[in-house]
Amino acid sequence: MLRRTPFHDRVVAANDTSLWSHWAGHLVVEQYQLSEKWEYVAVRTAAGAFDTSPLYKYRVVGPDAERFLTGVLARDVRTCRPGQAQYTIWCDERGYVNEDGVVFRHASDEFLLTSAAPNLSYFRHQIGRDRVEITDITDALGILAIQGPRSHAVLSALAPEIAGLAYFHHTPAKLGGAAVTISRTGFTGDLGYEIICDRDDAPAVWDAVFDVGAAHGLIPFGQIALLMARIEAGLLLIGKDFESSRFADNDEHRSTPFELGLGWMLRSIDDDSRPFIGRRALLRERDDGTSRWKMVGLAVDPYDHHTKFTAAGMVPPKDHVPVHEDMMVYDDDRRRVGYATSFMYSPVLQRHIALARIVPALAAPGTRVNLEFTINHEYVQVGAEVVRTPMFAPARTTAPMNGAR
Amino acid sequence: MSTSRQYDAIVIGGGHNGLVNGAYLAQAGLRTIILERRHLVGGAAITEELRPGFKFTTFSYALSLLRPEIIHELDLVAHGFMPLLMPSSFCPMENGDSLVIGQDHGENLQEIARHSPHDADAFLQYRHDIEMVVRAVKPLFDNAAPDPFDASPDNLAEMADLARHLRGIDKGVLHNLVRLLTGSASDFLDDYFESDIVKAWLASSGTIGTSVGPMSQGSGLVLLFHSMGEHDGHVGSWAFHKGGNGGFTQVLARAAEAFGAEITLDAEVERVLTAHGRATGVALADGTELAADVVVSAADPRRTFTEFVDPRELPADLVDSLRRYRYQGTSSKVNFALDGLPTYPSLGDRSDMFRGFMNVAPSVEYLERAFDESKYGWYSKRPYIDGAIQSTIDPDMAPPGQHVMSCFVQYTPYALRSSGWAAERDQMADNVQDTLESFFPGFSDLVLQREVVTPLDIEQVAGLPEGNIFHGEFFAPQMYFFRPAPGWHRYRTPIDGYYQCGSGTHPGGCVSGGPGRLASRRILADLAGRP
Ligand SMILES: Cc1cc2nc3c(=O)[nH]c(=O)nc-3n(C[C@H](O)[C@H](O)[C@H](O)COP(=O)(O)OP(=O)(O)OC[C@H]3O[C@@H](n4cnc5c(N)ncnc54)[C@H](O)[C@@H]3O)c2cc1C
Repeated sequence: MLRRTPFHDRVVAANDTSLWSHWAGHLVVEQYQLSEKWEYVAVRTAAGAFDTSPLYKYRVVGPDAERFLTGVLARDVRTCRPGQAQYTIWCDERGYVNEDGVVFRHASDEFLLTSAAPNLSYFRHQIGRDRVEITDITDALGILAIQGPRSHAVLSALAPEIAGLAYFHHTPAKLGGAAVTISRTGFTGDLGYEIICDRDDAPAVWDAVFDVGAAHGLIPFGQIALLMARIEAGLLLIGKDFESSRFADNDEHRSTPFELGLGWMLRSIDDDSRPFIGRRALLRERDDGTSRWKMVGLAVDPYDHHTKFTAAGMVPPKDHVPVHEDMMVYDDDRRRVGYATSFMYSPVLQRHIALARIVPALAAPGTRVNLEFTINHEYVQVGAEVVRTPMFAPARTTAPMNGAR
Repeated sequence: MSTSRQYDAIVIGGGHNGLVNGAYLAQAGLRTIILERRHLVGGAAITEELRPGFKFTTFSYALSLLRPEIIHELDLVAHGFMPLLMPSSFCPMENGDSLVIGQDHGENLQEIARHSPHDADAFLQYRHDIEMVVRAVKPLFDNAAPDPFDASPDNLAEMADLARHLRGIDKGVLHNLVRLLTGSASDFLDDYFESDIVKAWLASSGTIGTSVGPMSQGSGLVLLFHSMGEHDGHVGSWAFHKGGNGGFTQVLARAAEAFGAEITLDAEVERVLTAHGRATGVALADGTELAADVVVSAADPRRTFTEFVDPRELPADLVDSLRRYRYQGTSSKVNFALDGLPTYPSLGDRSDMFRGFMNVAPSVEYLERAFDESKYGWYSKRPYIDGAIQSTIDPDMAPPGQHVMSCFVQYTPYALRSSGWAAERDQMADNVQDTLESFFPGFSDLVLQREVVTPLDIEQVAGLPEGNIFHGEFFAPQMYFFRPAPGWHRYRTPIDGYYQCGSGTHPGGCVSGGPGRLASRRILADLAGRP
């Protein structure tokens, strides 16, 4: 049976479209309102609530929990202090990325790790002699993400504990009568929080948030609006922008952290006290410069786009619904130099944008390449510029709120 | 029938491999006749209306191993080829719970996680690892095996190709392949899974048609074999054919006839005629003689080598190998006409889980215990049952609201210790019905009719020796370049112009068409003087 999330009753009542989809075996909402763009706009201008509960959640506890995660995760979890969270990845011994997730540190010996796909047997097999226990607590918790410029106003009215909460920090709080954890995290690239609560408290949490939030323009948003926001934010999605190395058909379907633009996670890779899985291969890749690709943003040249479509007798399409199929990238000599994995028209940037892999030589911001479109049933190359990700990064996302920290 | 009609090729046996073989020969321009002993083609793949409106898949009942090339090369779609997705696998459990695997990837992982959170990604790993092994052995499966005993240049070149292919296989994949070929299904699954029901679900296919339990060495090979198929590109998945597997063999017959092959029913071949070490034609039981330069036996190795020709015409080592070649069938069918769908109490009104395989093997131990009894010549009190109710998807199989349920049953050894199948058939079927009743209360009240097919029936009706569903056990010494006998695995026989193309040849049994197709390539190459 498809599972229902802890917020299901509330979600059903709020879903005006009857459009549902499936995510990690749960029934989730594709879009609540007839316009998914309206939901996206709420996230960028007011606030939106997204039910993130289907994520797999693992509790990692024990005297060696830090030692264990330090050896498994590619990002140094030792720098994540209790009360902090980290976006992280884990690699195989060849340096290819298996999967990604967010780790929340609750205590020196206790972590919560979320991921989009199941990983329990993989993690258990890495334990060796470490005194650590990993438990799947996916079903025990609900997660409600409150994202957007008004998210702080909504939540601080309910849970004063979040005053001063810094980006990727979390705090215990009381909300709607329930004990919850609130983190300043999310998958939209905007100012935002996630509320982690016990399953049974989920309806009360939802009600409390909407009681206060409605006046701030808070509405629930579905999968499509989330995908839009995350492309603008340059946040990669497994199954769309990369595949797990564990299950990939061949190396063409594998990527290293450097190739995914996640090299920043490996800042401490030279630290010999941390022999994490894949480290030696990644050091070699870095030192020998053998990365095949670099993940970049592409911003399509609006003039060229306009000109080519108009010349073909078409109104230039500006469709915000993300496309997740390979679109080829060429240099000016028509050599293929990469491919886009996610593409959309960004309403907030007023540009067609993409997440793409480009050969490292052409990956510098400002480099001009060409993205292949289909115009009048023919392939046509339209100019595009390599840009840094995130492509949309408002100061509020990471700014101190209430001045603290 | 007139005497001594002249054909280019005579195919003995209208099972699916004979039909595939005859279709390829006719397509290549040979004047071809397919002779079938029974009143219908299909062999072990037939559908029969045993009760008005109820179509029984008497023997085989699902498709997966069919080589996809055959669909295109023989233009089967034009003749009605139509596989029907089996959308689920349903494993009832002794405690009333169940494992239901359906079409949604994420839902399946959650369902597995419900039984063991550890097993969710373990399942992804298992499936990936199996797929890698399948990919590595596919070229071996889909080509005639080279001859390790022949030093001719062409053959040495083939051996070199094989060696090159094996060298190219990743070491982990090769190791998994060897673990499967030599080990037990349950050992292999233990390396991945915690949950017994997940293991039992996957282990079952390591026992199909074979005298092994899931804990026997060798069941890994059977597991791998049953993973070699696909439905629309999904490795290891199964489908019904519209109208049952008999619907499929009717499609093959139409295709063969469209290429110009003649099919004659009720035509039992008694002997292959030979002169000076060459095949010259066949003699039918009614005395008719047909002449041809090519004679292909699509029957089992026992008939091919010891009945159609005289063993005295054959090399002693071949006769010896064939004497040792094991059949020892252990499978039965009990098929039901039902007045409605069964119910499974813990799933309430749900019936969607009946649209695919129903795997009655609630634990690995249950399977092994079912096997234990057969080792000592008796049939299982609590048998393993692979159920399938095709009428849930294909309304042509039964009247509206009513159903046909195919039950493949193990273990039921051909040779019973102190009794015979004539005496035991009803008790065996009662064991099946009682077992179903214990999982699906009220099952017996739904039964309108039951068809019991013991190994003896499989032998006597369909003609498969000792009722072995594959024309011989899937044991390592009976596979690849040992199937059916060392040195005689390349579809030829010691008699020039006499060939073999049944499930007793590589790649083996199941409705795959592989033997029929590969044999046709051998025959056409020989006629053209090609290696
Ligand atoms: C009960 C049962 C269930 C099965 N379930 C499945 C399943 O679900 N899926 C699957 O893929 N496989 C299944 N199998 C296996 C599969 O059906 C067989 O391996 C396959 O059908 C054999 O095909 P064949 O053409 O090689 O031989 P056969 O089907 O045995 O054909 C041989 C033909 O030769 C004819 N013949 C024999 N002697 C003579 C003679 N003297 N003159 C003329 N004709 C003769 C026979 O009548 C027969 O038609 C099952 C088998 C059985 C018995």
